[in-house]
Amino acid sequence: MNLPTAAQEALDAFTACPGWEQRARLLMHWGERLEPLAERHEADRVHGCESQVWLSGEKRDDRWHFRASSDARLIRGLLAVLLARVNGLPAGELAGLDIADWFARLGLSRQLSPSRASGMNAVVQQMRRLIDAA
Amino acid sequence: MTLISPWRVDFPGLRALDADGQTYLDSAATAQKPQAVLDALLAYYAGGAANVHRAQHLPGERATRAFEATRDKAARWLNAASRDEIVFTRGATESLNLLAYGLESMFMAGDEIVVSAAEHHANLLPWQQLAARKSLKLVVLPLTPAGDIDPLEAATLIGPRTRLLALAQLSNVLGRWQAVQPLIRRAQEHGALTVVDGAQAVVHGRQDVQALGCDFYVCSSHKLYGPDGVGLLYGRRDALQRLNHWQFGGEMVQQAEYHAATFRPAPLGLEAGTPAVSGVVALGAALDYFEHLDAEAVSRHEAALHRMLLEGLRRHEGLRLLGEPHTALACFTVDGVHSGDLAHLLTEQGIAVRAGHHCAMPLLQRLGVSGAIRVSLGLYNDEADLQRFFAALDKALELLR
Repeated sequence: MNLPTAAQEALDAFTACPGWEQRARLLMHWGERLEPLAERHEADRVHGCESQVWLSGEKRDDRWHFRASSDARLIRGLLAVLLARVNGLPAGELAGLDIADWFARLGLSRQLSPSRASGMNAVVQQMRRLIDAA
Repeated sequence: MTLISPWRVDFPGLRALDADGQTYLDSAATAQKPQAVLDALLAYYAGGAANVHRAQHLPGERATRAFEATRDKAARWLNAASRDEIVFTRGATESLNLLAYGLESMFMAGDEIVVSAAEHHANLLPWQQLAARKSLKLVVLPLTPAGDIDPLEAATLIGPRTRLLALAQLSNVLGRWQAVQPLIRRAQEHGALTVVDGAQAVVHGRQDVQALGCDFYVCSSHKLYGPDGVGLLYGRRDALQRLNHWQFGGEMVQQAEYHAATFRPAPLGLEAGTPAVSGVVALGAALDYFEHLDAEAVSRHEAALHRMLLEGLRRHEGLRLLGEPHTALACFTVDGVHSGDLAHLLTEQGIAVRAGHHCAMPLLQRLGVSGAIRVSLGLYNDEADLQRFFAALDKALELLR
């Protein structure tokens, strides 16, 4: 299965990262690429995050397009690498995607562990709910 | 001279965390346990477990004796007038919920419950929900900028309609001792019951419930270097008698028929179901451990460490402390830096501190911050822990700015 271009780019960058510091810088750098949300609606708030996160998604021509936002820079980075992997995927492919594996390949698996205050788990769950509800 | 903790060696958990590259500065959430507590847990199970207050067999008798010995120790520890004034619960949160349910029938619509703006959710939400159930008014005492309950405001807000006053002695966010005694007096002059949340306070100084004069006092074992799943509720004898039974089953029952039952008085009447026997026994070991420490030396060490923490934090430009902490902990934010980002980078460097709202969302809202980092100390922390923390903080801020 071929990775979307942005995802391949993220994978190349993160796997070349020798340590936490470079990884943190890279995450912040990716966070800056996150397209800002036009408006932050309360309905899009992801609960279960210590940092505030908003997530919205829509399906166009059977492909998913998500947008996300956060006040925290590192969370924005995590959201950016998540969206790089999922955006533009056909609905069928997205439903079967192993997101934990994606974060593991980037060396970011701790961000998905259950006690992480970052709440990326909550983001992934909200994404799943949006997909299931569609 | 470098500040070292002579008690650090008593805590195997810290050795393990050290080996793991982790600097533990989150003792206000839960504390590490001394070897004596681990030994007591193992001895209870390895020696033959049994339920308490039920069986006449030898293992049951032994378990009951060890379990009840902790009640004596806890009564001594808090200077209760009698062992019967100590109820075992699952934690301070359950103790407070027990009170909110057990006292429910004494409230009438329009009565007032008074708390402070600094309460942990555990000493806010049980009262907030009780107020909603019974149409009561929840009165919130405001704080001064330093983090004290404003005494002038309190003097007018605690009045003839006050039926209950519930205050934390030491805030888990502000690290500040509240002068609760005059407020307790004032509430009692108006015939109100008084509850003191000592979850943080008991860890940082010996408390005397008779000197405080409160009707109820609650705390948790897990912050007091004991096992989790155990808490204490102290109630003065006459105050305890005002509590209705709130959970049913187990040895709290005296007589039961299909359509009616009678129940034991407190404390057993408030301990439904099988209690955390091993945990209660091991809490006894934690209290023994404490009894044998030089309390003066512990206080001096904690004070010196806390001073060092505050001095180090104050050296950082743009760093804002929440309130003016007296002891044990410090919460802070840094201008222009999201506390979630800071927490992320401290975690990356093996610094175990808390970030977020610290179970006190209304307090943080009132202080105008969405989240904060909390560094909290135990008697086992030392200067090297703080040095690692400050090095990591500098590195994190360098990356984020």
